[in-house]
This record gives sequence, C-alpha cells and structure tokens, in this order.
Amino acid sequence: MKKILLSLALVFSATLIFAQQTYPVNGSYDVRQGLFAFTNANIVVSANQTIKNGTLLVKGQTIQSVGIGTAIPKGYVVVDLKGKFVYPSFIDAFTSYGLAEEAAAAGRGFNGGGGRQSIFTSTKKGAYGWNEAIRPETQVSNIFAGDFKKAEDLRKAGFGSVNAINRDGIARGTSAAVTLSDEKENSTLLSAKASANYSFNKGTSQNDYPTSLMGSIALLRQTYYDAQWYGKQKEEYNISLAEFNNQQNIPQIFETDGWQNVLRADKIGKEFGKQYIIKSGGDEYQRIDAVKATGASLIVPINFAKAYDMEDSVEARSITLAQMKGWELAPTNPAVLEKAGIRFSLTAFGLENIKDFWTNIRTAIDNGLTEKQALLSITEIPAGMIGISDKVGTLEKGKLANFIITSDSLFKKTNVIEENWVQGKRFILVKKDAFGLTIAPKDSLNKPVVKKLDTKKPIVTGQLIYPFSAFGNATKPAQETVLLKNATVWTNEKEGILQNADVLIENGKIKAVEKNLDAGNARVIDATGKHITAGMIDEHSHIAGAGGINEGAQSSSAEVRIADIINSEDVNIYRQLAGGVTTSHILHGSANPVGGQSQLIKLRWGKLPEELKFAGADGFIKFALGENVKQSNFGTGARFPVTRMGVEQSFVDEFTRAKEYKAALAVKGNSVRKDLELDAIVEILDNKRFITCHSYVQSEINMLMNVADSLGFKINTFTHILEGYKVADKMKARGIAASTFSDWWAYKIEVAEAIPYNGKIMHNVGITTAFNSDDAEMARRLNQEAGKAVLYGGVSEEDALKFVTLNPAKMLHIDNKVGSLKAGKDADIVVWSDHPLSIYARAEKTFVDGIAYWDMDRDAQVRKDQKIERTRLIQKMLDSKKSGLKTQRPSREAPRLYNCESLEDYSAELNELERAHSHE
Amino acid sequence: MNKYILTLLLAGLGFGAFAQANIYPAKAQDKKIAIMGAKLHLGNGQVIENGYVMFDKGKITAVGDATVAKFDLTGVNVITANGKHVYPGFIAPNTNLGLTEFEAVKATLDFEEIGNFNPHIRSLVAYNTDSKVPATLRSNGILMAQITPQGGTISGSSSVVQLDAWNWEDAAIRKDDAQHMKWPATPAFRGLGRAGSPSQDEIQERIQALINELDQLFTEAKAYKETDKPAFINARLAAMGHLFDGKEKLFIAVDSQKDIIAAVKFAKKYGITPVIVGGDEAYLVIPFLKENGITVIVKQPHALPVNNDDDVNMPYKNAGILANAGIEVVVSIEGYWQQRNLPFMAGTVAAWGLDKEKALQTITLNTAKVLGIDKTTGSLEIGKDATLFISAGDALDMKTNKVERAFIQGRDINLDNLHKQLDKKFSDKYSADKK
Repeated sequence: MKKILLSLALVFSATLIFAQQTYPVNGSYDVRQGLFAFTNANIVVSANQTIKNGTLLVKGQTIQSVGIGTAIPKGYVVVDLKGKFVYPSFIDAFTSYGLAEEAAAAGRGFNGGGGRQSIFTSTKKGAYGWNEAIRPETQVSNIFAGDFKKAEDLRKAGFGSVNAINRDGIARGTSAAVTLSDEKENSTLLSAKASANYSFNKGTSQNDYPTSLMGSIALLRQTYYDAQWYGKQKEEYNISLAEFNNQQNIPQIFETDGWQNVLRADKIGKEFGKQYIIKSGGDEYQRIDAVKATGASLIVPINFAKAYDMEDSVEARSITLAQMKGWELAPTNPAVLEKAGIRFSLTAFGLENIKDFWTNIRTAIDNGLTEKQALLSITEIPAGMIGISDKVGTLEKGKLANFIITSDSLFKKTNVIEENWVQGKRFILVKKDAFGLTIAPKDSLNKPVVKKLDTKKPIVTGQLIYPFSAFGNATKPAQETVLLKNATVWTNEKEGILQNADVLIENGKIKAVEKNLDAGNARVIDATGKHITAGMIDEHSHIAGAGGINEGAQSSSAEVRIADIINSEDVNIYRQLAGGVTTSHILHGSANPVGGQSQLIKLRWGKLPEELKFAGADGFIKFALGENVKQSNFGTGARFPVTRMGVEQSFVDEFTRAKEYKAALAVKGNSVRKDLELDAIVEILDNKRFITCHSYVQSEINMLMNVADSLGFKINTFTHILEGYKVADKMKARGIAASTFSDWWAYKIEVAEAIPYNGKIMHNVGITTAFNSDDAEMARRLNQEAGKAVLYGGVSEEDALKFVTLNPAKMLHIDNKVGSLKAGKDADIVVWSDHPLSIYARAEKTFVDGIAYWDMDRDAQVRKDQKIERTRLIQKMLDSKKSGLKTQRPSREAPRLYNCESLEDYSAELNELERAHSHE
Repeated sequence: MNKYILTLLLAGLGFGAFAQANIYPAKAQDKKIAIMGAKLHLGNGQVIENGYVMFDKGKITAVGDATVAKFDLTGVNVITANGKHVYPGFIAPNTNLGLTEFEAVKATLDFEEIGNFNPHIRSLVAYNTDSKVPATLRSNGILMAQITPQGGTISGSSSVVQLDAWNWEDAAIRKDDAQHMKWPATPAFRGLGRAGSPSQDEIQERIQALINELDQLFTEAKAYKETDKPAFINARLAAMGHLFDGKEKLFIAVDSQKDIIAAVKFAKKYGITPVIVGGDEAYLVIPFLKENGITVIVKQPHALPVNNDDDVNMPYKNAGILANAGIEVVVSIEGYWQQRNLPFMAGTVAAWGLDKEKALQTITLNTAKVLGIDKTTGSLEIGKDATLFISAGDALDMKTNKVERAFIQGRDINLDNLHKQLDKKFSDKYSADKK
C-alpha cells in the first residue's frame, strides 16, 4: 500500500512543474509553462516594503517581477488577489527536516549501564577521527530525503524553506537548505552547505568519552586545535579533521538549551575566532545583557510551556518559583530580544505541534514583539543566517517564487493562510469548491483563532529576579559601608580573638578591625553578643556545576575544566551562604587518576557564572587515588587502572609524556600538535598549576609523593587524606597541605582506619590542615565540622576555626585576600549568633566582597514576598486552565547534587529531557 | 578529684590500647555508685543544676538536688562531677548499626533482605556486637540503639540493644519491638537519564496495586492471628501477629503530606497507631497528626531542604515546629557510623527553635517511649536502668561533648575505641620521633 501511494505521488509531481534535466521520465513529458500573474494584491515584498494593488509575475521557479501596473504578457494565468496579501514564505533556520531522528542509545556512559563494554575509540569504518561525536564528515545533502508529511505541516504554517540539520554529535557536519516542495531532492536543495553544525550533545556516539558537558567542551576545543594541526602535517590521513577544516567558512550554528549554554558556546567560538549563530533555549530574557554581549545572532524557539495544572495544591508544591515565572515570562522573550537589539530568527523547533506556531507567535506579539520584527525573524533573518538570502526571504525579482497568499494581514488573528507557493508550485491550504470559493477550513491552524484567546486585558508579568530561582533578588544586593559594632571578633591574625571589637567594611574590603571604631557614614549594625569570623572556605566542593563533574571515561582528563561549566543558578550557593560559606573550590570528581582543572568561586548569588570566579587565583587540578579511580565499586572495570599498582603507572606515564611534549614544544614550537591534556600537566611541571589529590590510604599517599619526587613535580594538597595521620611526617617534609573530613569513615574499605583525630594529628605535626565538605549539605555546617577538631583531640578553638577559614585559604594560595579579618582583605565575613564552633551558632549575615548576600532577616522577607508571588502565579495558571488552555501535570524535577563519586551521562540526560518535554 | 578521674581514664586507655579486641564489655555493677554535683539533665524535660544520682545493681536508686540532700556515703563509690553534666544514655532509633561494617563491601551488608514483604525477618540475630562501630558511638554518649532492617515494602522486625555486650542475646533490651514498613509513595522526583520512565498515571497505578496488596496482607494477617489452629503455618502472617495486640509497633517510613495521611489511615483501619518515620512534610499536617496521636521520627535534621524553594533552614527547624505544636517527636540520624553525631542532631533542633531540654528528650525519653523501653530507660528516674553518662560539657554540642564516664545498666563501660587507639598509636609515634 505504501509503495502504491508513493508512486502515485511521484507520478503526480512529475506532471506538474519543471523538468529535471538528468532524470528520465516514465511516459510522456508533461512540462508546464509555470507562468502566473498575481494581480491586485497587497504584496509584502519584505518587512520594510509593501506594495498595494501590486502585481507579481512568476515564471517557473522564480519571481519575474513585482510592481504596480505591470503589463501582463500573454500566456500568463492571471490570479486576481483583490483584498488578499502576498508574503514571502517563511524560513526556519533550525530543523531536522528530512532526517531520521536517531534513537539515542540509552544507558551509555562509562559506568557501563546495561553491562556493555567500554568503547574507547571510534568503531566507524574508514579513516575518520577517533571520537564518534566528532562527525563533521556528515553531509546532509547525502542523507536527506524529502518528507511529504512534515513538508505539508510546515507549509501549512507558512514555511517555504528550512535548514535541515542532522542533530547528532558534537561536530555534526554540514546541513542543507532545502525548500518544502514535494519535488525530487535535486530540485529542492538550495544549498548543500548551508551551515556547519555543533552542539554539546554527543548524540549516538558509542564512545565513552565524553560523559560530561565539560568533556564535550574539551573535545570540541581539542578538535579545533587538531584541525589546525592537521592542515600542517603529513603523518595522518583523517577525513573528519579535513572536513572540519573544509566547513569553517560557512555559517556556524551551535545548538544549545538555556542561556548559560549560549554563553558557553559563544565562549568556545571566541577562543577560535568564530562567531556562532546560536540556537537558544528561549530563556534569554533572564540574562539579556549577557546574551547581548556575546554579539551572537540567535535562533530562538517559541515552544512556550503550558501552564501547570495547579488544581491539586499538594502537587502544586512541587513546581518551583522558577518554573512558574518561566511559564509567565517566556512569551516575553522575543520582545525582550528585540528591545535589546539582538539579531534573531524564530524557529518552530521544539513545538509539540507545528500548529502551535502561529498561536505562539501571536502570544509573543501580545507580549510586545513587533509585527515587523516577527516577520523579519521568519523571513530575511533566517535566510541570511543560512546563506540563502539571494534565493528566498523577500519577494524580489530573480528570487524563488516562495510565497504565501493570505486572506488578511498576516498577524491579524482572523487571518487565514490560503496558499503556499514553493518554487513556483502551488499548494492550496484551504479547501475550495470548483468556483474557487473558500469552504470553511477544518484545519485548526488556518482557523481564525478562537475568541477566548483574544483577551484585550493588558498583560501583567512579575519581576525578573537574579538568579532566576527562589531567593533570587529583583535588585542586585549592593556593596555598602558597614560598621559591625561590639562583637567577639575572630581575626585569625596575631591579634587572636578580640572581645567587644568592631569591623568596618568599605568598598568590598575590610577597612579596620579595632575597638571603638568611628562609624563615619557607615551603616552601623549592633553585633553585641555576636561572633564575627572570616567566611568559610570549602577546599572540596562540587556545587554550582552543570552537566556532571566527572569526566571519567579515560584515566586522564586533565583537559576538562570546571571553569567551563560553572552554574550560577544553583540554589546550593544560597544555601551555603546561609551556612557562612563565601569561597568554594569546585573540583572535578574522583573517577580517574588525573581529573580535571578546578575552579575557585566566590558565592556571589545572583551574578553571572564568569562573575562568580575568584579573580587572580592560581589554577588547580584534581588528582585521585584509590577505590574510585580503580573503579572498585562501580564501572565496567575495563578502563585502566584497576589496581593501586596501575594507578602509579598512570601518573608515571602522564608526566613522562608531558615532559616529552614540553621538550618537543621547546624544539619544534608550533608544529607540535597542541595537546590540551598535556598542556595542563606541563603547567604543573612549571609550577603554574597545582595539584589537590583525593587520597585515602597511606600506601597510595606515599606512592604519589614518591612519583612526584622522581618526576620533579609538587603536590600542593592531599584532599580527603583520611590516612594522612599515618604519613603526616612525610607530608610535612614536603610541605604538602591536607584537607580532610572531620569524622567520616566506614563507608568503604579504604576508610576502615579513617579517624576523627586525623585533622588534629596532621595539625600537630605542622601540616596546614583544613576540613572540607564534598557534600552540598555538610558544606552548610563547616563551622560545626571545625568544632569537631575540638571534640576529637582538643585542637584549640582558634586553630580549629582556621581549619575552615585561613588554612584552606593558604592551601588555595588566596590567604593574601581572604581567610582572616585584617584591614585590606576582602570583606568576606560572617556574623554568627553564637560561638562559631558551637552547634547553636546560626549564620545571621554573610558578606562576600562587602555585600550581604545572606541576611537572615532579609531571607524571611524574601520568603514572604515569594510566597505571594507563587500565589499570584498559581491563580494565573488556574485562570489559564479555566479559559480552556491546555495544562501539564506537575512533576518535580530532580535536583542536581554532585559529590566526588557522581557519575553522570550528560547526553543521556539531555535526550531524556527532550523526550520528557515532548511528552508533556 | 577531677584529675583523679582523668588519670583513671587514661590508665584504662593504656590497658587495652592498640587492639579493638581488647575493648570488652564491663562486668556487672558490684558497688553502689553516686555521681555528685553535676548538672542533671533528666531526659524528661527537667534539669537539676547541682544534683546527685545514685545507682546500685544496675538500677537508679536516688536522684535529686545535692544542695539540700544528706547521705551516708560509706561503701559508696563517689564520683565528684562538679560543673559537669549527666545525661541518660542517648538512644539511636532506626539504624542499621551492627548490620553492616563497610557500606561498599557486599559481604558486610546484612540489613536488606530480598523480597517485598518480609515481616518474618528479624534484625537482632544479625546484630554484630563485635563491630568496631558501637564503641565509637558510646564515647559520644549513644548507649542504646534500635537495630532496624531495611528494604522492600515490609522490611521486618527491629530490636533494641544496649551497646556494650558479648553477643546479641546479651545486648537485647527489647526483642522485636517494631515492624518496619515503607509506604508505597510516588518517587519524589522525575527520574532523568533513564529511557522510558513511566508516566505519572502509570506510577499511580503501580502504587495503588501495591497498597491493595498490603491491604490484603494485613487483612489476612489479622485473620490468621484470630485463627486458633491455622491449616498452614505462614511465617509472614505469624510474624505480623503482635501488630494487632500492640506488642509490636508499626513504623512507617513516609514523607509527603498526602502519603502520611494515607499511611496513618491505613494503619488505623487495623487498629494500629503507627509511628511515622521521616515525615519531611509532617509540618503540613500537624492537626491530623495530633488528632491521631502520632509520633514522628524526624529522620535527619542535617539534611537539605526537600524542595528547591523551601526555607533553606527548614530541615533544622522541622522537629522543633512539630514538637512545639504538641506532637511527640523523636530525632534520628541516618546510617550507622554516623550515629555518633546523633547528639548534634538534637543540638541542631535546639539551635533552631526547641527548648534545649525538650530537644534532649527527642533522643532520650521520647525515643524510649516509641521503642517501648521507657519503663527502664530514657530518663534519670528512680527504678530505671543506670544507663547514663557524664560529660564535661553540654553533650548536644560538638564543642563541649566530652564523655568522661558512661554506665550501661550500672556497668562502668570502657570508652576506648579503634579511633582513640589509632590516635594514640600515631600521636605517640610522632612525639617519639620528636625526641
């Protein structure tokens, strides 16, 4: 049956329009003239020019002329369009039209879900690159096939041409610009290389690497370097790299989701002198300034979320303020982009149903998008983005006859798109009787929009908050001059603990710590009975990261950078401020011996990811030893190493290669292939990057110290280091710092002899000792963990507090800026209700750079205000449901919490999200 | 005197140092003991600033205000504890202590049996008195624990033990005190990263099916109990018998408000007043819980808020909110080695809104009540077991929790542990190196 239909269709198309020169015809040729004159029409040539009572002449595929009073040559079929409108048909710069949606392999990732084998390198036949996620050799022109059903749906919405992208992999190869005619691909293909395409999603790649977002970024970055190198070398034939180079001069489109990934993508582009066109997630309004600063053109979806069904107040609780506000504010996104002057096109991508396209465009217009911009965003701008402006996008002589005929002005709610002409071929969208009279259309797409949507009430939306989350602020907390009066001040300096002392903060710095300071114009806070300390510093944290914190598919992932994936919207930032934390060292996980590069951040709640970074701090890298790196408790066990013996050789090999690399660079310079992994190791050898090494038992600690000695590198810190007490003298002799847990043990064999006296013993031996969290919950109570140094072993209270303030600052090389209370240092300060090492101490205020990001009183107010905001939004959703709009059932999204052992599969997560959302 | 105790203590340490095997249960109390001059935290909400507590043959014989009392102390072993604190031994409910040694090592995992309905499973027989963990709890004041199986919908029976015993028979204070059940609940979060996760409706259907199964099981178990001579012996149904006569309690782990109500109503249907374990959202159904006289075991105050938008300090405040509203609250902490932090859970509850002595009650008398051992433990009252300890300071605060002496049923227990021994071993090494 299918076959019959198909051949019927082919026969049908063969009878209509232009001949395909090279194709044989089964039967007699039936080539038509294709001469049409459309008269008396309102011709919208472009968003900037409308011709009233105009005539449009079409010859074959192309527009012959557009104008007023045009003489109609003989032989033209005249179509009187009195009262009607003609528009250029629309262009979607981001579709997967005509391409099979690859079923993403489920349960991949190096932890080996489903018991499958690890696949380290590409299994693809041919001389391609090592990683299947880099597939620039993909050319859509080779694999694309017209899709009649989809084409029809898109035409009904007014589209005439699209960019067909194979959405698979990180480097996805070239897409094709095609029309939505039902002709043979040879005719519909407008540009075989419309754009080169990228994403952070490895797609169907079977390789373990990368498992994380930062791994995807690192792989793409390395690919740019490899491609540069490839052009200059003669050792290797590599189709992937050759193709990558070949497609650098066409438009570069990067698919992202969410504004943070827009910024991440743009940053990679900038590193290599590329300006990507970025397919965004539709939430740019949340940080429009940052998005604008990228200078990127955007392809913007309008798949606005349905309201949540809030009838059940219990289920309603699981919907976050951010989800509710997102529902309300997403339709303002196009208008916000327009006002910001960002060049953007609109895409139907992501719509559950293409029929929603017009509903949503109108919603966007109701929310402030101008009609002119809307038209530009679906015609000229997308045409320009994919390099087909010479063919489509406006109704000008010589361009393709791609246009739609509408009953009215396009954006009127009663308008009906009656016909869609593609390459001079007519597609009638509304049913007509024999005399050309319109029969009431059945298709809801072309139906006048239902009255009930046509509310004239002014649209009221809530405020933007930063970050876009509960506890976000509408106004950014500001630096102020503050005098904290009459407190017990733990200076961590030689002054020790001062009673009845004052702390003056100005311009983000501590101005003075003394008794009886003059307030001047400072805001005075009476801190009588309170304790003031430096902010807590967490040497080992995994909060505020996106897309996984382990890239464990290989024994070394020195090339990956936590800096690439800082997530400023993580509520744990706020929660930890509430526990007095001001600085966190965000580490790669412990899945492999050489982990990734870490990032030091300050907890500046509400700022951008880049603004969280601790300026001027030394770079660190995470190493790891023991059960995790040898995959004792998870994984396929196929990745080297699986013993502590192998762990040693992983380091020996890594540093040996790095030394050879460094030597080669010195001799051959730029002709050496740049290796981001080894660059990081060379930085260690050059004392420009510092190691913090996850470690447990004494044998392995001793081992790494010996490897370091023999290969000439230094270990800065052992982190976790639960048996540090057994080799404290050896660590001390090498000046290595220790950052440990206060009292964790027994959760695995390597902590069988972990003891809570560890910190005390190392401290007493003279090691710079800290307590860390590795846990988003415990990090909120680092002061109490320090209290346990008093409980177990009787460390003096003053020294114990330093375990979570000055000592981690020292081992992170930032003690010149933070960690103690001294004039000139950063005003990172906590005001406690009680003795800071006591269980009864509550952090009342936490300042970072002199800004009170946490204030217990303000928090109470914010919660009150946000409860009101929630109530308003819940009511609005209930009203929306009452008005007949569709809703979705609330279901709680899993929170992202990482620790050392978190193993994520970023791509699987993205794919699942896409599935979940398309099912809503 | 202070010094004297310390020296004694150190001597004790020196004795058995270097090997856990040398830490063994104390012998029975053979002489009257009086602790004089300490601040007594009775565990029932009351405090005696300068008190005395006397015990003999394992039982408390006198408690009172030392400033007004007169005694004959001949033949009594007097411990002067001026400025110190005496507490009833803390009780750790709902723990897999002694059922596992290393979480990551399968061979040591004895707390989770396979199968969905396991009322016949008994934790007591797997409780390992030779585990190295209990000694690390005693030294922070935790002297008793409810050893609890996990897994499945019905996990089995817990038993209450004291933490200084030769074997599980010696250890048992109350055998088979409660059945433990996990209420079939909607998974809290939509699972990501898994293909084909079921829809909300499918999940609801599965939950209902499971509840129906439970209903069937309870109905049949009740009928089974009323049968004089069942045709077939059914270990599962038999094990559930004491749920219906009140000899065994029903602990139900459940967190969300809807589920809490459903779980309580389910149990009430069989005449059982359940104990709610977890109860993250119990504060949303306070009137319902009061009406039904439900005790809530707050799982762990040191936790992250359940919802993204919740008050960041909600987990700290939760137990206090419930207790201040008049609900009987017990505080616990998850895990086994973590139990040594139980006192600080109560401390946290006190820091965030509950009176300190009431917070103490959530790990002493309230716990004893819910475990059915309050006739003999949970508070410093005449006639109860002399299971108590002396701390140099406030034992709910890590800064001051310094357990100097501890007694279980009057026995003067060894407060040494593996960690102290390893501390000594290596501290000695470094100080010897220095010389």
